[in-house]
Amino acid sequence: MRSRKDRVFSILVLFPSIVLLGIFVYWFIGQTIYISLTDWGKVAPLAAHPPIHFIGLENYKTLFTGILEGRFCQDLVNTFFFTLFFVLGSIVLGLFLAILLDREPKGKGVLRTLFLYPMSLSFIVTGTIWRWLLAPRGGINVLPRLVGLPALRFEWTNSRTQILQFDWQDIPKLTVLVVAAVLVLLAVRNLRRGRKWQGLFTGIPAIGLVLWYIFGGSLIPSAGLLFPERHGFNLAIIGIIIAAIWQFSGYTMALYLAGLRGIPEELREAARIDGCNEFQMYRRVALPLLKPITLSAVIILGHISLKTFDLVFAMTGPDHASTDMPSVLMFIRTFRGNQFAIGAAIAVVLFILVAMVVIPYLFSSLRRRSSE
Amino acid sequence: MNARFRLGRVVLYTLLGLLAVVYLTPIYMTLVTALKPAAEINLETAWNPPNHPYWASFVDAFTRMFPNLRNSIILTMFGTILSALLGSLNGYVLSKWRFRGANLIFTLMLFGMFIPYQIILIPLFQTLRTMHLYGGLPGLILAHVVYGIPITTLIFRNFYVQIPNEVVESASLDGAGFFGIYWRIVFPLSWLGMVVVIIWQFTQIWNDFLFGVTLTSHEWQPITVALAYLAGGQAVQWNLPMAGSILAALPPLLIYIIFGRYFIRGLLAGSVKG
Repeated sequence: MRSRKDRVFSILVLFPSIVLLGIFVYWFIGQTIYISLTDWGKVAPLAAHPPIHFIGLENYKTLFTGILEGRFCQDLVNTFFFTLFFVLGSIVLGLFLAILLDREPKGKGVLRTLFLYPMSLSFIVTGTIWRWLLAPRGGINVLPRLVGLPALRFEWTNSRTQILQFDWQDIPKLTVLVVAAVLVLLAVRNLRRGRKWQGLFTGIPAIGLVLWYIFGGSLIPSAGLLFPERHGFNLAIIGIIIAAIWQFSGYTMALYLAGLRGIPEELREAARIDGCNEFQMYRRVALPLLKPITLSAVIILGHISLKTFDLVFAMTGPDHASTDMPSVLMFIRTFRGNQFAIGAAIAVVLFILVAMVVIPYLFSSLRRRSSE
Repeated sequence: MNARFRLGRVVLYTLLGLLAVVYLTPIYMTLVTALKPAAEINLETAWNPPNHPYWASFVDAFTRMFPNLRNSIILTMFGTILSALLGSLNGYVLSKWRFRGANLIFTLMLFGMFIPYQIILIPLFQTLRTMHLYGGLPGLILAHVVYGIPITTLIFRNFYVQIPNEVVESASLDGAGFFGIYWRIVFPLSWLGMVVVIIWQFTQIWNDFLFGVTLTSHEWQPITVALAYLAGGQAVQWNLPMAGSILAALPPLLIYIIFGRYFIRGLLAGSVKG
């Protein structure tokens, strides 16, 4: 039987790791949050005992409304569009690759290796190579010349064009609109499925928000800037999105391939007997079964893309405003400017964004584990 | 039906062929550029193969990045072995010696692999500075070991869970204790888990950039940092960063090609199935 001594051993073995992670993860997170509420970095930041004062949420105010730190809001917008298109692109391309390989072509193993190899590379390698491929006067732009067509003119990461512009002041209004839209969709779905009460619960707030937006639009507070501030989707990011999709689509392919392998042949056969062609079989049978995989892919890729740092650093360097991301700005402010408090505040915002994606996911897998 | 089937196959192979070309294009461009002397590199003719393969780019890149290559090798070796050992023991306890709250502890540990490391970077930097570990390899190794614990624990735990409890029970009836069971049963039965973890950690640590660029001084920078600076300057001679990319990519790429199956298992483990 298991002796008490062995029980003690088991705890002792786990103990160092728990202590290390306790300090290096949880205690450090707490410290960073504290630092973000101070003015560390104003005077003699690297002294043995730098003068540090508690200043509350000042740093966050500087980030979101300050004239001194105008880059941060655009960084958030950049991250938003980068995440959106990177996750979408990787999932669509990965699923496509998985379905092609699921047709059991000859050389399936070789092809799988080939589509997945970018995953083994460092972001720095990927970034260096794509920086060269996307050189405005060479690389991909001169490819059409090989078949006699004119060269492309797109400037890739040097592009200065911004589309889908909006005023940062309108963010609260836009939020109201987005929440209202989601609630309306939920209400319609609930009512369609005959869930009257849930329908009312989502429908009434939805109508309320829409009315607020239409009639009380001017009553919705603005984002607290002194001047209107235009932000939008910098086309320079497209190049980084392409490189990231090149690297990660193999990963989603591997996830989907594992899922497709788990769909029993009888189920596919049954769909065919019911008159589905292969395309319909994937749409009606495989895709719904792959939903949990899509969800994990969105979460994994989403949190990776929010943290993106290396790829931007390698493709455009840390000082390229049009492709800047919060992680890069944090690096510059902290390790070049010694503005530790501002750096910490950026890190906290980044952390909150990632935590919103990851924590629900971790807790749902904890619940699954406990019910095993 | 048969004709349609054959048409489908033609479309399938055409698509796969095109995609294969797209995925290989960056490698072609890298090789072609690395094999040209700087004078021959021209944006207009970037896609042409070199007139004569010019190997000096590799020699040059290798001499410049040699100290960084050495740093990366030391760093990766120690970081991988230490985090694998800790992860293996943790996984053993969390799968075969479960206690009340083990699942919660495990989940709290896993959280460490999802955080953006920016959130711990400033205290980490400060702590290493006070411990006089900032700037060199020991501090960097420490960071990689600590933040490697969650993923190694996760992979090992998932391997050890598959070992039937009866095997463990019967060994303990035969008088094997905590470490005896680990050495004689759990460890030998799951050497595959060790392979997966070592390959995964090797790739992760070798490819890391954030810790390397923030926690080391110039002399001790790993190869990824050297490559970023090699390619980052103005008026870059592109044969050099391309040859450097190949040098930096080769170790993980070779491991991936040789041990592809285990690499994929590590990759899929990262998506938390536990």
